[in-house]
Amino acid sequence: MEITSRALVAQRKKAYSRRGVYLWFIAPAVAVIFAVIVFPWIFTLWMSVNDWRIGSEIKFIGLENFATLATNTRFLSTIPRTLYFTVLAVILPVILGVFAAEVFHQNFPLRGLLRGIYVAPMMATPVAIALVFTMMFHPQVGVLNFLLSLVGIPKQLWVYSADTVIPTLALVEVWQWTPLVMLIVLGGLASLPTEPYESAVIDGANQWQMFRYITFPLILPFLMIAIIIRTIDALKSFDIIYVISQGGPGTASETINIYLYLQAFSFLQIGHASAVVVVFFTIILALAIILLVARERLRWNR
Amino acid sequence: MSKKLTRREFLKRSAILGTGVASAAILNACAPTPEPTKAPAPTAVPPAPTTAPAAPTTAPAAPVTVAPTAAPKAAFDWKRFKGEKIEALLIKNTQGDIMVKHLKEFEELTGITVGADQPAEQQQRQKLAVEFASGQTSFDVVYYSFHVQKRLFGKNKWVADVRDYLNDPTMVAPDWDWNDFSAAGKAWSTEPDGRIDAVSNKIDYCIVYCNKELFAAKNVPLPKTYDDIVSAAQKLHDPSKNIYGFVGRGLKNANTMLWCWMLLGWDIDVIDSKLNLNTTSPEAIECAKMYQNLMKNYAPPGVGGFNWNESQSAFALGQAAMWMDGVGFAAPLEDPKSSKVVGKVAYVVMPKGPKAQWAGMTGDGMGVSAFSKKKGPAWYFCMWAASKAMLARSFAAGSGAQSRNSVYTDPDALKSLVVPKEWVDTVVASGKIGRAALPIIVPVTEFRDIFGVALNNMIGGADAATELKKATDEFKPILAKSEA
Repeated sequence: MEITSRALVAQRKKAYSRRGVYLWFIAPAVAVIFAVIVFPWIFTLWMSVNDWRIGSEIKFIGLENFATLATNTRFLSTIPRTLYFTVLAVILPVILGVFAAEVFHQNFPLRGLLRGIYVAPMMATPVAIALVFTMMFHPQVGVLNFLLSLVGIPKQLWVYSADTVIPTLALVEVWQWTPLVMLIVLGGLASLPTEPYESAVIDGANQWQMFRYITFPLILPFLMIAIIIRTIDALKSFDIIYVISQGGPGTASETINIYLYLQAFSFLQIGHASAVVVVFFTIILALAIILLVARERLRWNR
Repeated sequence: MSKKLTRREFLKRSAILGTGVASAAILNACAPTPEPTKAPAPTAVPPAPTTAPAAPTTAPAAPVTVAPTAAPKAAFDWKRFKGEKIEALLIKNTQGDIMVKHLKEFEELTGITVGADQPAEQQQRQKLAVEFASGQTSFDVVYYSFHVQKRLFGKNKWVADVRDYLNDPTMVAPDWDWNDFSAAGKAWSTEPDGRIDAVSNKIDYCIVYCNKELFAAKNVPLPKTYDDIVSAAQKLHDPSKNIYGFVGRGLKNANTMLWCWMLLGWDIDVIDSKLNLNTTSPEAIECAKMYQNLMKNYAPPGVGGFNWNESQSAFALGQAAMWMDGVGFAAPLEDPKSSKVVGKVAYVVMPKGPKAQWAGMTGDGMGVSAFSKKKGPAWYFCMWAASKAMLARSFAAGSGAQSRNSVYTDPDALKSLVVPKEWVDTVVASGKIGRAALPIIVPVTEFRDIFGVALNNMIGGADAATELKKATDEFKPILAKSEA
């Protein structure tokens, strides 16, 4: 015993003395992280405290950009709008995705082929999808209004009305990303033990009870992963909104990202845009922390 | 010996196979993608009009005095820069397509090799700003919009003054003729201090497209005044038959153009040359109310989300009696493949407003990057791109009004014109009353965006005066800062 621990101490000391050498091994990783993560961040922070418009002098203005944002009603209104879009683009795919996973978990003919078809939207390029949907939403020549007219439903304005633009855009997100939730949940379902179900059947539980009291709690950890991934994706969603509505009509679908893009690339206000980035990052970070804490709390194996 | 595969062996083989597949995939991904077919030959029918989004200028065409290219006897030589290579940053529009299609001609004429890039307009504008601001440009010659970028480029001196070339007989082709350019075209490319930043290629005027059939059916005369527009819209509006009295840009940013075009009828500039905002003046409010009335009461549902392309399809489908927009849309409207109103379109010169009759205009041209090391060859390209032959080609394609006067009488261009002669008459008539519609300021895009939101709110029923006041308050500090 004594000998072992002494040997251990000696070994540790030796390792400690060689630490300086080992440190060099992490140098490349540190350099890369500094170049691609730390430096851009510091640079963004620096830009956010400057009045910087491409083509004009750069002037240090402290926190003025943030102060302007705090009172800018247009920017402030993008926050609830972004959250509204995010909630729709997370909840609907989660509900539909769980349902789809339950369906695809059953045995039926051609299941493999149908699963493949079901996940196809996920593989398409968002911009291409957005262009196709733009044509489908077109008020005069769009196929959606034509289809509605076949069943006697009046023409809808889709993305051409301030009231329906966000749900319509969320619809495109739902169409594209429900398969992702389905895949994650399906993986979870496949890993579940069969014994609880057998006992449940013996106890006379019906399908809903088995889902509610066995399946749902067991797939919850997988669902949380799906929710976290979807939330981050929906928050930063840009391409679909930009291509289909460009934030319009008016500012009805102007999310934080669209506002940010306008400031940076249309108005060339780099300083102001960087301040938006900092605020946006803080929001995302806060949400991520909340979701991670929620996930920890929900761990069933604790 | 048994051929049974051990677990270890199996894993090893799988790994090798996996690596092979992965590398194949990576190699495949890295393989050069086939060259995107360089700008498909510009079909006779230009896909889209050029100046989609529009923007500003205050200065009503100041006459430009540039020494006309003097005696052509001097030794001008197209081959002077033989062997050089330049980069041209164009836009994906009819002009760009035509230049790319005939690029060989330029290369054979001059011996200069040209690398031409044609991004979409919005992306091109971002690229320009970022590269110019960095003090280094990957292009030598650039196609840009005066109504959007004139002040930004002029203020920063990002494009080279071409007066030295214009005054140098060895640098101007004898038959090129600077004086063939219209006054408006010259004014567009001239800075307040007299510098000439570019060669103007194209001018776009606001006109009213009218559906003759719908007008005739209800015996309504074509509009000659703003009041006529409103009353015609009212009379022809019949939503039960899917016919709307009026259509135009309602989408934020794009719609500001429409309001500025109409505002010229009150004979004021939205921002005058001393940078005073006239945006809350009684005229501006009156004009906004007219915009609101037309768009809210007589336009198709959802017009608040319409840019020129949605407006174009509503008109092309025969669903709108009038459409107010740039002059460059005739070709698609006269193409049986994309239009149901072929032969039924009246091209009406912008009617007279309460105080004056002006055709709001926008314009594009080509300049030489101030950072280019090959300014000479780049200038040659500008010259060629705005040559009589090239502008006649653009004209024949129906892409809009050209900066040269001679194209309107060019027999070949007139013969191959893809649009009716009536359109040419409208273009020529508009040229006589052309006036810049958008202000020549740096933050043009913010201007269009902020007032665009106000106008869009008006379509939704908001009060015109309140919205304009709010937008003006928001925009004022931005304008002041940009000129500080």
